[in-house]
Amino acid sequence: MSEVPIDIAHIAKLARIALTESESAAFSAQFSRLFDFIAELQALDVEHVPATAQVIPIFNVMRDDTIRESLDRAFALRNAPDVEGPYFKVPRILE
Amino acid sequence: MLTGHDIRDRIARRESTAVEAVQAALAAAAAAEPTLKAYLTLTPERALARAAEIDARLARGEACGILAGVPVAVKDLFCTEGVKTTSGSKILANFVPPYSATVVSRLEAAGAVIIGKTNMDEFAMGSSCENSAFFPTRNPWDPERVPGGSSGGSASTVGARSVPIALGTDTGGSIREPASFCNVVGVKPTYGRVSRYGIIAFASSLDQAGPLTVDVRDAADTLEAIAGHDPMDSTSVDTPVPHYAAALREDLRGVRIGIVQEFEASIAGDAKMAALYKAAYAELSRLGASLVPVSLAHAKYGLATYYLIAPAECSSNLARYDGARYGVRVDGDGDVYQMFEQTRAAGFGAEVKRRIILGTYALCSGYYDAYYVRAQKVRTLMKKDFDDAFAVCDVIACPAVSCPPFVLGAKADPVAMYLMDYFTIPMSLAGIPALSVPAGYVDGLPVGLQIAAPAFEEARMLGVAYAYEQATRFAWSASPKIGVA
Repeated sequence: MSEVPIDIAHIAKLARIALTESESAAFSAQFSRLFDFIAELQALDVEHVPATAQVIPIFNVMRDDTIRESLDRAFALRNAPDVEGPYFKVPRILE
Repeated sequence: MLTGHDIRDRIARRESTAVEAVQAALAAAAAAEPTLKAYLTLTPERALARAAEIDARLARGEACGILAGVPVAVKDLFCTEGVKTTSGSKILANFVPPYSATVVSRLEAAGAVIIGKTNMDEFAMGSSCENSAFFPTRNPWDPERVPGGSSGGSASTVGARSVPIALGTDTGGSIREPASFCNVVGVKPTYGRVSRYGIIAFASSLDQAGPLTVDVRDAADTLEAIAGHDPMDSTSVDTPVPHYAAALREDLRGVRIGIVQEFEASIAGDAKMAALYKAAYAELSRLGASLVPVSLAHAKYGLATYYLIAPAECSSNLARYDGARYGVRVDGDGDVYQMFEQTRAAGFGAEVKRRIILGTYALCSGYYDAYYVRAQKVRTLMKKDFDDAFAVCDVIACPAVSCPPFVLGAKADPVAMYLMDYFTIPMSLAGIPALSVPAGYVDGLPVGLQIAAPAFEEARMLGVAYAYEQATRFAWSASPKIGVA
């Protein structure tokens, strides 16, 4: 099995997920198996191969910059966990 | 057993009504539901009201579309205005979208009547429907077994014949594998053929919506209804949508069918599966096709490539679930970052967390070139393999799956589950259309044949599948344990 190069605690912090210790341990073991597969890619010579981000020949799709109706505010707020007046309410961000 | 086109034609001939068809579907779904658990939400009032509208319009002599009066189900990641849409996740357990996905609007504009939202692996990440945050769905051919995934609820309810048509999405095999497991037809269109607007995103360069249906004709009609350019999705392609049903053909004279040598070597280890596919290729040949060997030399790197690209895109797409604007919120100690971390910890299941972590890692500075960019380059090689193959064949025929449906819990190791998509991932990475069509039984359990075609050649692919289906009729040759005969 491959050694897992991931610092899971650090990555979880970047991904903003509070992982439990048992989750971190389980993921570490599972990633080790997965990296056996992923390591195979390192053997391929792709130096002169262009990358494919998506497969269809579409580039820079534009539309006219015109004013049009958007989602009703009451509708947009209907799923919010917390609101105050016309705003989404979240915990304080700035001290 | 009625197909969607049977139901539509009977309604058009005034032998039945849309209300009767919807009532029958709701009754069938309700009877199967205690065992199968295919639905997260059933919408009987909404469905019956819409069916009554269709009947009224038909009575006035109005044309109501290619699916007029046909009851359908949609996977619970298609936004449906006013109807709860969870993507199989606790984090969206109470989310009611303020708008509908384009494919939902198009399906309804074609006269189809949605009776409910089907269960799925959370955020479409899984191959068995066991990753649903709510409950697993069962296979109508054997309720001890999984229906496949991630579009497991859609496959299960069509497999049980509760509805003839359902919509799913396919990112690495999530339509084709469950279609194979539940003995139905499942079509993944070309990337860009169908709008993704209003579909809860997993991996944006791979996700594509498509039909799961009783037969190939229903798949052709449904694809025609949902396909086409959408100004709301800049990756939807502006090319005309053919009348796919016109491409359905009875024989395969003059058709060159590629047989993938690497896949044949892989399936050879399982004598029963190998024999089933050998018989399928023989049938294609008997129908007039010429079989030609083709090579997909980089297919073996598909899994590694996919499990870098898809998690990377998922980690980015799922960043939006932070408890601020919609979905579940778990407050920390008053700090906004605590809220994010606790919300995501409580709201996501294990598989989703696993993929977000993996994807975040693949996109990290310092690793980005070694993993993500390298995977995108291998994707180019894989696409070139298909280009070369289609220079000598018109379509490819190959296994859809490596095994029949397995029992719940049999693939507890995530990597074992990932391997389920071995035969379907290469087409997803290349963006080309592919489908699964019933191809017979192994130990009494259904198995599908995969047919793939060059980009935007869905008509050709459906034509080949129809000839094979009509010659073999495996969907009709046995009945599931659960469902309408």
